[in-house]
Amino acid sequence: MELNTYQQQAFEYQKPNIEKFGKRAWFWTIFYLLWILVGGYALYLQITKGHGVTGMRDNVVWGLFIVNFIFFIGISYAGAIIAGLLHLFKVSWGKPIIRLAQMMTIISVVVGPVFILLCVGRFDRLHHLFIYPRLQSPMTWDVLAILTYFVGSVLFLYIALIKDFAVYRDAGLNIPKWKQKLYKILAIGYRGAASQKRHLIISQNLLAIIIIPLSIMVSSILSWIFGMTLRPGWHSTIFGPYFVLGALYSGCGVLIVAMWVYRKMYKLENYFTDRHFTYLGYIMMVLAAGYGYFTFSEYFTSWFGSEKWDSEVINKLFNPAEYGWWTLFANVAGILLPILIVAIPRTRTPGLISIAAFIMVIALWVKRYLIIVPTLETPLLPMQDTRAEYVKYTATWPEWALTFAGIATFLLFFTLMSKFVTVVPVSGLEETRTHHEQAQDLLKKEEVQPA
Amino acid sequence: MKQEEINDNNSRRDFLKTAAIATVATAACGSLACSCSSKQKTVPGDKVKLLSPDGEIVEIDSNYLNHQEHMAIVSKLEARQGIAGKKFVMVVDLARCKNARKCISACQKWHYRPEETEWLTVKLLKDSDKGAPYWFPKQCFHCDNPPCVKVCPVDATFKRQDGLVLIDNERCIGCKFCMAACPYSTRVFNWNEPEQPLDIRNLVYSPETGLPAKVGTVEKCDFCPDRAREGLLPPCVEACPNGVFYFGDENEDTVTNGDETVSFSQLIKDRAAYRYMEELGTKPRVYYLPPKDRQFPVERGYENLPENIKERFKDIMEEKKS
Repeated sequence: MELNTYQQQAFEYQKPNIEKFGKRAWFWTIFYLLWILVGGYALYLQITKGHGVTGMRDNVVWGLFIVNFIFFIGISYAGAIIAGLLHLFKVSWGKPIIRLAQMMTIISVVVGPVFILLCVGRFDRLHHLFIYPRLQSPMTWDVLAILTYFVGSVLFLYIALIKDFAVYRDAGLNIPKWKQKLYKILAIGYRGAASQKRHLIISQNLLAIIIIPLSIMVSSILSWIFGMTLRPGWHSTIFGPYFVLGALYSGCGVLIVAMWVYRKMYKLENYFTDRHFTYLGYIMMVLAAGYGYFTFSEYFTSWFGSEKWDSEVINKLFNPAEYGWWTLFANVAGILLPILIVAIPRTRTPGLISIAAFIMVIALWVKRYLIIVPTLETPLLPMQDTRAEYVKYTATWPEWALTFAGIATFLLFFTLMSKFVTVVPVSGLEETRTHHEQAQDLLKKEEVQPA
Repeated sequence: MKQEEINDNNSRRDFLKTAAIATVATAACGSLACSCSSKQKTVPGDKVKLLSPDGEIVEIDSNYLNHQEHMAIVSKLEARQGIAGKKFVMVVDLARCKNARKCISACQKWHYRPEETEWLTVKLLKDSDKGAPYWFPKQCFHCDNPPCVKVCPVDATFKRQDGLVLIDNERCIGCKFCMAACPYSTRVFNWNEPEQPLDIRNLVYSPETGLPAKVGTVEKCDFCPDRAREGLLPPCVEACPNGVFYFGDENEDTVTNGDETVSFSQLIKDRAAYRYMEELGTKPRVYYLPPKDRQFPVERGYENLPENIKERFKDIMEEKKS
């Protein structure tokens, strides 16, 4: 594989990252594995003792697990849509971050569905979904959609990786034999011939075109699991687009945070430049405004119409004794904060944008909780139940343990993947820094040398 | 002592033999769909002709016959189709309910439910601020447009041609989507391993009996189709001391509460019956007669309740007093 000097430079710079699995990587890997182990024990308890070990009961039939499911799947869709759009519109500054967006897509679409499986009472009967499928059920739509989407996004990432695998194969890296062999297999004989290039470009474009509408569809179908029921707070026509936007928004936040972490860890300032943070910050700000608009529409119509159950849910959400503070946090930290941080030039720095994005991601997780739990705590018939755990949902430690195990798995995959492929794609990379930035770099070097 | 033992042995052997025959007999009866009345008490000493497992016709004393309850008398396929020609319907007379809770205990007993999981519950409803509270027994409504069936991904819950909505707990994957979809909070989930007697746990499962219950699956009121096949009323209907529940067949246009049998269409016309939350479009098969000219003051159902159940209705009852 031939690389131009800029690409060669990028490759040389990142080579150590994929050549050796350093002490830091080992530390984090073991740390994450320990978390996963705790989660594994919680799962063991849940399987052997039944779902009684969770906080879920007959009224609140879904809890943290489904919140995590929406959260991770949302991140995945965002990664796919962002990567797809950056690719299709040939955004040159987007080249270095496409890989990260795609990694995010794959990793969260692996982690997310695990959580919906945790909601299922009978693990041993999962095959029933395929031998007795019922097409009328939104759950079946979701199974089909997620599987299709999974295949699509794996292909999308893989096709984009082929050129890089060829680079790794030919670079004579100082790596174990199995890894060398794996690169060779994954590069499927790519040599950069004209016909190979053409096929690759066509398939990449096709997949990018397919993956965008697919993500929108899958995200809407996810929302319809809730939207199709006759429940206050769920039964809303806005839910499809609301979930699409929420997914994009939170995913954009995760992408910014991931960019910041890798920039610090692998010193990738030349590739994840300040400009990337600013641009993604702008995108995040627009999405925040959109998400705020949807949230407002949703709450405002419910409140103004003040139907019995709608207003019961709204009262729960805005009552400080129930979910009032969480609603405040979700909307201030999840909508206002990112807008302010990006809008004010003085705070528009990579560090602050990343912090705002991180807090926003947490707020959006809380927001998903506020979509799921208060509605389930508001059945149409009065509960008239004296068992406290049936009236109000409180997550138990196995649920939290599994949640953290999920996050640990998410981070573990990121760690492992960044040791297998370069975080910044090498082939097809273009000089993204402006002349102004390059000149500034040059100046800095000159300033340093006399001293 | 010894003699006794021998007698004991003999009677046990006899019992086993007759039990086997009885099993065959009920199975045969069941397939005739309620036309035969194996449940009727026969006069002691009556001889009954039965088909033995060997294919011979034997005559035995009816006192040896044991009625086998909760038997899966139809195949799973038949259990999905329902009883031909029937269209089950229930009418609940709210004017008669005093929250005696006999229906609940009968239901719990018949279905081997623990005390707390009620398939049938009695709520205390109050329709408006100034309105009077009234007792509201609630089973599964067996909707004609069931939101729960629509969302099931594996066809574990299904609508039959006789109007019933049942669950196959051997197919249910426990996703709980139906529970989220049911607007009436009818369904319950087996969060832990259900406690059932050993003989119940060893029964052959049928969606019509719902036994044995299984951990990690959903269940609910089933209108007791296994009893309907034998021409019996559901235990809640039988147990009610005030004749609140009328159960019957819409095709025959008759419903009965055990004491009186009336025309279904006439009853719902005369008493201005309504279906709960008609506006949801679920088309329930349970009709309510409004609580007009009530037979009991609402307090009658409250005063003698055990403390933990009293707790459920406290807020409404205290509001009423003040």
